[in-house]
Amino acid sequence: MHLSYQMVLAQLMLGLNNGAFYAILSLGLAVIFGLLNIINFAHGALYMLGAFVALIGYTKLGPLLGMPDFHMNYWAALIISPLVVGLLGVLIEKTMLKRLSKVDHLYGLLLTFGLALILQGVFTNYFNVSGTSYNGKPEILRGVVDLKFRMFPTYRLWSIGLSLSVCFVTWFVIERTKLGSYLRAGTENPALVQAFGINVPLMITLTYGFGVGLAAFAGVVAAPIYSVSPIMGTEMIITVFAVVVIGGMGSIMGSIWTGLSLGMLEGLTKVIYPPAANTVIFFMMILVLLIKPAGLFGKEQ
Amino acid sequence: MNRKLWTALFLLGMVAPFLLYPVFVMQLLCFALFACAFNLLLGYAGLLSFGHAAFFGGAAYITGYLVKNTGLTPELGVLVGTLAAGMMGYLFGLLTIRRQGIYFAMITLALAQVVFFIALKSPFTGGEDGLQDIPRGMFLGLINLGHTYHIAGKPLELNLYYFVFAIFCLGFWIIHRAIHSPFGQVLKAIRENEPRAISLGYKVERVKLLAFVLSASLTGTAGATKSLVFQLASLTDSSWHASGEVILMTLLGGLGTVLGPVVGAFTVITLQSELSGLGSWVMVIIGATFVVCVLAFRRGFVGEVLEKIRIRAIKHNK
Repeated sequence: MHLSYQMVLAQLMLGLNNGAFYAILSLGLAVIFGLLNIINFAHGALYMLGAFVALIGYTKLGPLLGMPDFHMNYWAALIISPLVVGLLGVLIEKTMLKRLSKVDHLYGLLLTFGLALILQGVFTNYFNVSGTSYNGKPEILRGVVDLKFRMFPTYRLWSIGLSLSVCFVTWFVIERTKLGSYLRAGTENPALVQAFGINVPLMITLTYGFGVGLAAFAGVVAAPIYSVSPIMGTEMIITVFAVVVIGGMGSIMGSIWTGLSLGMLEGLTKVIYPPAANTVIFFMMILVLLIKPAGLFGKEQ
Repeated sequence: MNRKLWTALFLLGMVAPFLLYPVFVMQLLCFALFACAFNLLLGYAGLLSFGHAAFFGGAAYITGYLVKNTGLTPELGVLVGTLAAGMMGYLFGLLTIRRQGIYFAMITLALAQVVFFIALKSPFTGGEDGLQDIPRGMFLGLINLGHTYHIAGKPLELNLYYFVFAIFCLGFWIIHRAIHSPFGQVLKAIRENEPRAISLGYKVERVKLLAFVLSASLTGTAGATKSLVFQLASLTDSSWHASGEVILMTLLGGLGTVLGPVVGAFTVITLQSELSGLGSWVMVIIGATFVVCVLAFRRGFVGEVLEKIRIRAIKHNK
């Protein structure tokens, strides 16, 4: 097989694009896990919901409101969709997850698994499983950019840049600001932090809302790239679980690096040996488990 | 009282094909065995595997392939499927057993996804179509399991039914024995307090691995049997949906109770067949059942009944 250097670079860029989504999602999982001690199985479904809010806003909202010409545009979706989904997350945390804080953490996983099934089932009823394309991509992000080695779609470049910025901002807020220090302290010892007069239950609720909001944001950014389908979340979440196992949930930066590099590894596999592209992350996980069972950035318990 | 209950249940199993549609009862039995094997791990060892479909579906493929293409007899086919699932369980177990709780669930899910992709891509599984027309074959080379009797105008696959029922009883007995043996007590001890079990000198990892292999093997038995009943091994059996469903069965029936998974499997399978006309709303209903179960009904059916009996006994003693 002929391997050109341009082809490898292009696949690496596409992989980086996927990796940025893995990074945002595993980041959200890690933040939620830190404070709530649960793995949010609904993360993939909420990522899907984020994409659907953008899609519905663009195609169905206008006619529904009696204004056939109205489209919620992409920029609005970038803000509104995470807010809507984040609010739903706050609701989920307030009404359900809160009641599970005293029982085995596995129940949280099972509850969110149930929620994921509900969301996926509802959308499967109204939308095509094979996907609907999102046409609300703004004019300025259409077309291609000349990257010297190859022409590259503008939107993909934008999506990489935007996702990386969001990752970085999240990292900055958690590791370098006062708010973030509360959050990190809450992860270590919630009872003590509460004794200092910080409203930990509120912090937990908002953290969950923020985590799933991030997932929805990734969903909106992904919508113009992949077709929007009810099963997009499931495929994503299983891969992201493997990413989380590889990275360990110890550090924010760890999640970001693991997500990005695994995305690129996946891209590279697509050039070298395409049939393994779907499974390379899982085999990586097996390898890491054999060598460093706690994950690359995890702490041994 | 216990002996009477078991005898009644056994007799019920013996006459069930005359009362209900036999293939439906066989489906119930296969899933009940699946759920019981799963419960051995979750209910008694406290390990939540999200990848049991890999053993269920994997064994179905292996048995189906061998019975169809090499003329293996059905009982040997099921045996080979069981052993193969046990081998897979050993490999999975080596990778996962050192991690607990949430990590254990995520790793098993990811490993099962690898099995799913292999089933999707490899040539011997038939891809999206699955393996079809698996023969039911001759039991011990003597009794035709494909034979259908016609009694009072009703087609009854009695040979196959009693074959499946015997497998179920054997599997159920093995699980029952395991739970009530010293091994089962050690498992419960590990579930309740692992550091203490370690300090008492138990080789915790080895015990957990053994439980995992046993659970995987019997799951394989269930999957292999199912491939003979439906004459089909398909991707559905090895997908994450199947792993989720078996969790729901166990949870709904009662975690860590002997009969709970059976009751749960019957409930879920009946629900699915009754609601099959609703399309993907079934998924919504399954999801909602999960949510309700976790929030308000964590003991499950059998767990609730046992709790009532326990409370009554306490009151009675006063």
